[in-house]
Amino acid sequence: MTMVDRTARQRGAMSYGFVSLYAVLTLAFGILPALYALYLAFTDAEGGFAGLANFSKVVGDFRFWPAVTHVALYLLIWLGALVVLVTVLAVIVHAIRVRWLSRTLRFVFYLPGALAGASSVMLWLFVLDPTASPVSGLLGLFGFESFVQVIVPGNLPVIFAIIAFWTGAGGWIVIMYGALNNISAEVIEAARVDGAGAVQIAWRIQIPMLRKWIAYMGIMSLAAGTQLFVEPQLLSQASNAIVPNDYSLNQLAYQYAFQQNDFNGAAAISLLLLVIALALSAVFVTRGGLFERD
Amino acid sequence: MTSAGLRGWSGRTIVTVMVAVFVLFFAIPLVWLLLATTKSARGLIVGNPFAPGSLDGLSTNWSQLFAFQDGAVTTWMGNSALYALGALIITLVAGIPAGYALALTEFRFRRLLLVLTLVVMLIPNTALVLPIFLELNAVGLIGSPLSVILPMSFFPFGVYLTYIYFSTSIPRDLLAAARIDGCREFEVFTKIALPLAAPIVALVAFFSFVQNWNNFFLPFVMLPSSDGYPVQVGLTSLLASTPAFNPSSAGAQSVQLPTLALATVVSVLPVLIVFLVSQRFLVAGMTAGGTKE
Repeated sequence: MTMVDRTARQRGAMSYGFVSLYAVLTLAFGILPALYALYLAFTDAEGGFAGLANFSKVVGDFRFWPAVTHVALYLLIWLGALVVLVTVLAVIVHAIRVRWLSRTLRFVFYLPGALAGASSVMLWLFVLDPTASPVSGLLGLFGFESFVQVIVPGNLPVIFAIIAFWTGAGGWIVIMYGALNNISAEVIEAARVDGAGAVQIAWRIQIPMLRKWIAYMGIMSLAAGTQLFVEPQLLSQASNAIVPNDYSLNQLAYQYAFQQNDFNGAAAISLLLLVIALALSAVFVTRGGLFERD
Repeated sequence: MTSAGLRGWSGRTIVTVMVAVFVLFFAIPLVWLLLATTKSARGLIVGNPFAPGSLDGLSTNWSQLFAFQDGAVTTWMGNSALYALGALIITLVAGIPAGYALALTEFRFRRLLLVLTLVVMLIPNTALVLPIFLELNAVGLIGSPLSVILPMSFFPFGVYLTYIYFSTSIPRDLLAAARIDGCREFEVFTKIALPLAAPIVALVAFFSFVQNWNNFFLPFVMLPSSDGYPVQVGLTSLLASTPAFNPSSAGAQSVQLPTLALATVVSVLPVLIVFLVSQRFLVAGMTAGGTKE
């Protein structure tokens, strides 16, 4: 046996060793749960084949379409704000020549990202409660005198969008800023010599070059946003159920599983959410081009 | 509007005002929250919102917070640390070698594993929580720390980052040279590849830790008893005991608003510290693949 043979075989065995633990985790927490959800969604409580009965049950539930509407409205507002404002702010911060100022701005935008999930919702409970709020004057301008007035159902999609934007926008601004740095200075300089202003440079050169990142941000946020849970859950608790505890689809799935002990119905909702997420990621993987090696 | 208009005085003003508004939007809640932790319950409502309270106020709130339910907050912080760090360790042990093998070796299911990684990476991690609950319920793990640590350890995004790093930044010649010098395969990884990958290991550790610490839905579903809560879920108990948000809770165990503000700060303190020290290295890490020669 030559030495090359020996190391090649050793390398093959080594590879399996290296990926084994990760492969087990993928199987246990990626593939198996997905298959299990699939099985549950198409069976009844006794394990018999149920066809589409679970799906027609959850879709026919009087709480289903309101939950879809709530989530869709929230996504529309949030994604619109995210795409427009993150791009504009990144371009502005990138155009600032004073280095410490640009760095400080990015830091201020990015820091709220540390407060994700329950912590940021807690913080915003304070901000939205006129009795304690640091911006009670501003709330007053909109005619809000009490917490209950602020969190009427019509306001919730906007409120959740604001919370999500406050927490998540800064990280994306930093990423977009990095991407803007990768555009060669010569291209920008040439455009400037040709008489293009800052707005034209942004519109004609910078934003087209950011398109891939904007799409990435949009799809990641869209997929994550469909899972809305902690915000309405905490708000429901803090408002004595003025905000219902089946406001979002994920909450409805939770209600099915733990209030009604209907795991088949819960799995049907999970599966619907999963299909949406997979469809979105398929679009992204095939058309985004971000995963190509070299 | 023409671009010339925006280049001029009015354009500058619009941009400045816009930046100022967003600085206030991002900064005011944080600044106010830090100040609120130093105030008394009354001072929080009646005083100037941006006047600091006192150190006395802070220490009162501190002792109130840690006295809540006989020190439940300490337990929750300990739980959060256990879950986040436990999952972090498994993530690194499982993910870094996997990313290395996916990038630099050939084996039979390489493509399959890679595609699965990319697909699962894009599924938001809450989508699989209910099925994972049912699965772990079937094996009787619900309520155990493992029911959150194991699912959190599965971190395909970290494997993807490692894979990209190894496939773009480590010269294969270097590894080949080490093999000719008599390095065994395992030594090639531990002595050559791993030290070079320090930045990406740090980056994966950062993302994993932050995500695990802030995770709400998974522990909320998996851990039914308060003893097992991480601090993010524990916050809901504090909220439920705050009369300002839940009037039915007034009583001996009730929590005042400044104490709740302090709880919010304490609950993110480890992540906040990681954020404060990591911005520069984060950007460096994200562009590392492109800048290495």
